[in-house]
Amino acid sequence: MNLLIIFISAALINNFVLSQFLGICPFVGVSKKIDSAFSMGIAVTFVMVIAAMVTWLIYHLILVPFRLEILEYVAFILVIASLVQLVEMFIRKVSKPLYDALGIFLPLITTNCAILGLALNAVLNDYNFTETLFYAIGAGLGFTLALVIMAGIREELELVDVPHSFRGAAITMVIAGSLALAFMGFAGLI
Amino acid sequence: MDLQSILIAAGSMGGLGLFFAAGLAIANKKLQVEEDPRVTRIMEVIPGANCGGCGFPGCAGFADAVVKGKAKADGCPVGGADVAAKIAAIMGVEISGGERRVARCMCQGGLEEIAYQGEYLGALSCIAATLVSGGKKLCEFGCLGLGDCAAACPFDAIKISANRLPVVDNDKCTGCGKCVDVCPRDLMHLHPISYKVRVLCQNHDPGRYATKVCTRSCIACGLCEKKCPFDAIHVIDNLAVIDYEKCKHCGLCATVCPNQAIEHIRKKKIVKEDAAAAGEKTAVSAAQP
Repeated sequence: MNLLIIFISAALINNFVLSQFLGICPFVGVSKKIDSAFSMGIAVTFVMVIAAMVTWLIYHLILVPFRLEILEYVAFILVIASLVQLVEMFIRKVSKPLYDALGIFLPLITTNCAILGLALNAVLNDYNFTETLFYAIGAGLGFTLALVIMAGIREELELVDVPHSFRGAAITMVIAGSLALAFMGFAGLI
Repeated sequence: MDLQSILIAAGSMGGLGLFFAAGLAIANKKLQVEEDPRVTRIMEVIPGANCGGCGFPGCAGFADAVVKGKAKADGCPVGGADVAAKIAAIMGVEISGGERRVARCMCQGGLEEIAYQGEYLGALSCIAATLVSGGKKLCEFGCLGLGDCAAACPFDAIKISANRLPVVDNDKCTGCGKCVDVCPRDLMHLHPISYKVRVLCQNHDPGRYATKVCTRSCIACGLCEKKCPFDAIHVIDNLAVIDYEKCKHCGLCATVCPNQAIEHIRKKKIVKEDAAAAGEKTAVSAAQP
């Protein structure tokens, strides 16, 4: 039950994009088409799960025994950056179509604050390994959900006559704000 | 803070860094994807306009296809002869003289030459005009003059003259074929730049009707066919067609054509046409479509 609560809380109530405002750059940047938004979301979920597991191991096996918790930021950034590189190489070797589909987004994920935020939050909430895993999956799917909803709205917007001064970035910000408001409704879910 | 904790911190961070660096280095070696180096080298010599004129998805697709043997070395219409030679050198093959090709509108029925069926007040696009009524000109085969080819040209090589006909600037034209694809009446043709003689009409109507429709139409009279000493021009389905395998570009057919539907480019005429085109460029903005 606890795992389910962590999962739902990460995906909906504390949605990374719409409640914690992490990973805003891909949220605005890669949300023009549902296809690419979904690919980006899945890529982020994938990296989040792996990064969460590895950072948990490093935190509890290296940083805690040496009492180096203060260095978690440096260590996590190091881990995430190298991991993304490794994953990119691996996907390129194993599956060329997947690499072509995700290729552009993978390097973007390296500097995605949602992933670092996830690793730091997991430590902050004192989750154990399984809980961290569920937290990561929930956060990743929540991120995908936010991106896909945003992309869906923006695809529809292409067909709408937006007032001139609202076109482009302005209307995107308005939508993002409205979505964040809508997601506040999930606060009473649990 | 004692020295030991500093050392532990530095050591563990350095160790982590080293560990990941080594891991990435090994992974880079192990997971190396063998990519044909020729693809990268071809990418360096082709123009990189991603125009799609070669028929492949972008320049990378073309380079890939060349290396895989699916495309010819002279397949890049934008790069022309020198790029073809460079690609051939990379691939180690000979190319068979790919001559530069330029686009030409196969219609001379401008505002002055053509007869009208009515007024066209729709969107200023040849495709739109084709969809509703075929524009205001009576000829079903002729140029609509609304400039879809000029809009499609990525190199700004096509201008619509004051007479509402596309004029191709041979120096700017790369032969990418975008205008050929976009013309709803298939009037833009790519020809090798050395072709001097062309039948500038596509009207398949019988002579009597073709005369009514346009003063510069091919009326299928067959004078050119009789005049040609090389048996290179024939009237097929009410339209004179040149067989370029036999044509010697002498231009005798052009001299007998009663409607001047056959063009013979001589040096003098090119100069005159260019001057006319330059004058028309300034006039075109004032002209009504």
